[in-house]
Amino acid sequence: MKLPDLGELAVRNLRESILRNSLTTIGISVGVASLVAMLSLGIGLQQLASRRLMKSGLFDTVLVTSRRDLRNSNRGEDRGGPAPGESRILDEPTRLEIEHLPNVLEAYPDIRFITELRYEDKPHLTMVAALPSSAQSNDAFESVQGRFFSSDMAPEVVIQKTFAEELLGKAPKPGLDETNVAVLAAPLLGKELTMRYAQREAPQAAPSSAENSTPGGDQGLAGAAYSVVSRELKLKIVGVADLDPESMRGPTRARVFLPLKLAESLHVMQPTDLREISRAASDQPVYSSVSVRVKNPSGVQPVEDAIKKMGFNTFSILDASRSIQQFFKVLDVFLGIFGSLALAVAFIGIVNTLVMAILERRREIGIMKAIGASDGDVKRLFFAEAGAMGILGGIVGVALGWAIGQVINLGTNIYLKRQSFPPEHFWAVPWWLVVFAVLFSFLVSLAAGLYPAGRAARLDPVQALRYE
Amino acid sequence: MSGTDKDQANGAPAIRAERLSRHYRMGENVIRAVDGVSLEVGSGEFVALLGSSGSGKSSVLNLIAGLDRPTSGSVIVHDRDLAKLSREDLSRYRLHTVGMVFQSFNLIASMTLAENVELPMRFAEVERGKRDSLVHEALARVGLQDRMNHRPSELSGGEQQRAALARALINRPQLLLADEPTGNLDSRTGTEIMNMVREFNRQLGMTVVMVTHERALAERYAQRLVFLADGKLVSDEANLTVVEGATEQGRL
Repeated sequence: MKLPDLGELAVRNLRESILRNSLTTIGISVGVASLVAMLSLGIGLQQLASRRLMKSGLFDTVLVTSRRDLRNSNRGEDRGGPAPGESRILDEPTRLEIEHLPNVLEAYPDIRFITELRYEDKPHLTMVAALPSSAQSNDAFESVQGRFFSSDMAPEVVIQKTFAEELLGKAPKPGLDETNVAVLAAPLLGKELTMRYAQREAPQAAPSSAENSTPGGDQGLAGAAYSVVSRELKLKIVGVADLDPESMRGPTRARVFLPLKLAESLHVMQPTDLREISRAASDQPVYSSVSVRVKNPSGVQPVEDAIKKMGFNTFSILDASRSIQQFFKVLDVFLGIFGSLALAVAFIGIVNTLVMAILERRREIGIMKAIGASDGDVKRLFFAEAGAMGILGGIVGVALGWAIGQVINLGTNIYLKRQSFPPEHFWAVPWWLVVFAVLFSFLVSLAAGLYPAGRAARLDPVQALRYE
Repeated sequence: MSGTDKDQANGAPAIRAERLSRHYRMGENVIRAVDGVSLEVGSGEFVALLGSSGSGKSSVLNLIAGLDRPTSGSVIVHDRDLAKLSREDLSRYRLHTVGMVFQSFNLIASMTLAENVELPMRFAEVERGKRDSLVHEALARVGLQDRMNHRPSELSGGEQQRAALARALINRPQLLLADEPTGNLDSRTGTEIMNMVREFNRQLGMTVVMVTHERALAERYAQRLVFLADGKLVSDEANLTVVEGATEQGRL
């Protein structure tokens, strides 16, 4: 029997017991819908997470730290590199070496410290970080209110939105607030902040070149290797950043940014210095970490590998997104299994419907065989019926799953809005999922038709025709 | 398979059954539905299988039709031993060589007459474009051209059996096998159907084997009367009234 005839007969047979077959098809649809809903939720969440990471603008940045650094020693996952004890020091020659790796745009020391900033005589404690002038191309600073630093040595700062709120005495609202940065920036731009910081001073070294410094203060900390001097520096607020440029750093993210060269010249006491007394004694500056900017995200991996070979620890957003992707793959599998459960029930429904159909159409099968239908014809006819229910159920199921997704998305967004979060699109039905779902439904239905079709094909026509 | 003329010319039998047996096992007992029947039917012959119910006449017909396989013995139709055909080949034999009509018509209730008649052509993979005219022609031959789009339940028994005849003929088979074709019909419509069967036998040269328990009917139409009882052949005689009136064919 040819395919068009097969299809025609299958559809006419399905229409004959329309109620039963519709119910079976709805069963398949519900199964497919739950599968689609589960998987599209997984995919949507994954896309949402990747989108968030993309926005951070740090896809092309690698953070390099020394393996000596105790902060990293316990997550050192020694990948063949030297043991932490004999690891290299992250100093200026190393920085230059990294900068000369292929694909590297620049490597700059990562200077960050917690310190006190006074604004209108009120102290505010926060993390301060240094930024190279190239950072102004960072996505996070594209929407900056005001401007970026006028030069690498300018006593200027760009502050993050949440810090601006703090300075203005506004309580941070729960969740993501939608306060307009322009409103925050207006009263702050051009104002002065006074930064108090601890300067590290080698005993033999000449006094710091930083302006506005007030000598004196605490001295003689941590033995004779170096001394710590308390200093003050007046800084002008030139910009307020809306986005958080350091979202990947988590708790060490800074809210105030200084020009890199200025920060270097301050010789600010850094948290790691206490542990690195011997290093601090040398003339060469030693960095706790170096940020490496790579030409494009695809170059991050080779650069990371090269730096690891040099004996340093690296971290990039790709590492983070890789583990996130892994998590989502596992999540997808679990969601898929739950979604498939409903389809397994539908599978049994198809088997049941077709076995019923054989009993009901026993005589009809006998007639078809008597007038010349082969076993194969009968088998294919039942397969075609199962397959047609599968495809139809698949299509309806995808539509249903999509609709369920939309409703849940809508409902969640209404909830998010009430909690003053911005709406999110965490439900994605990519085209391949549609194709996959319909195909899967078709194949599952064919598999369900296997037994009934075989049984119908083997039916003895004499037996089938014997009784009225 | 258009060997009908040739077969008729040299008198080769269309159907040859040799020591045909069909036994069923029912628990401890073996039921001998057909028990060593040998029979030859010439090409173009009209043979009636007679006997009371349970005599095995329908079983013989099913064996000739290729719907069933013999326990022992063989059925050779146009030089092909049905026992040796694969299931696939047997279904092809049923499709192209055999046309069947039944007591209970056996039309598919969910299909219109036209669809019922078309069905064997679907299995035979007849080109779609040719089917409509063939269906129309076949239904016109049995006088149902106006009822093409009716379902069987909307028709009388006689009309249904005529549609079944049209379906049996659609793939131009050489054998027409009829199992009590008038059993569910009143005598007037029964006569109508039998006249058609005889017409196919004479005009199209089809070999007809008809199972019936009505001796009178058999005597009116068949050239040969074969009597069965308890699965055995008890007599095989030419029906002289018909033979003399129609053709010199027939055998003793």
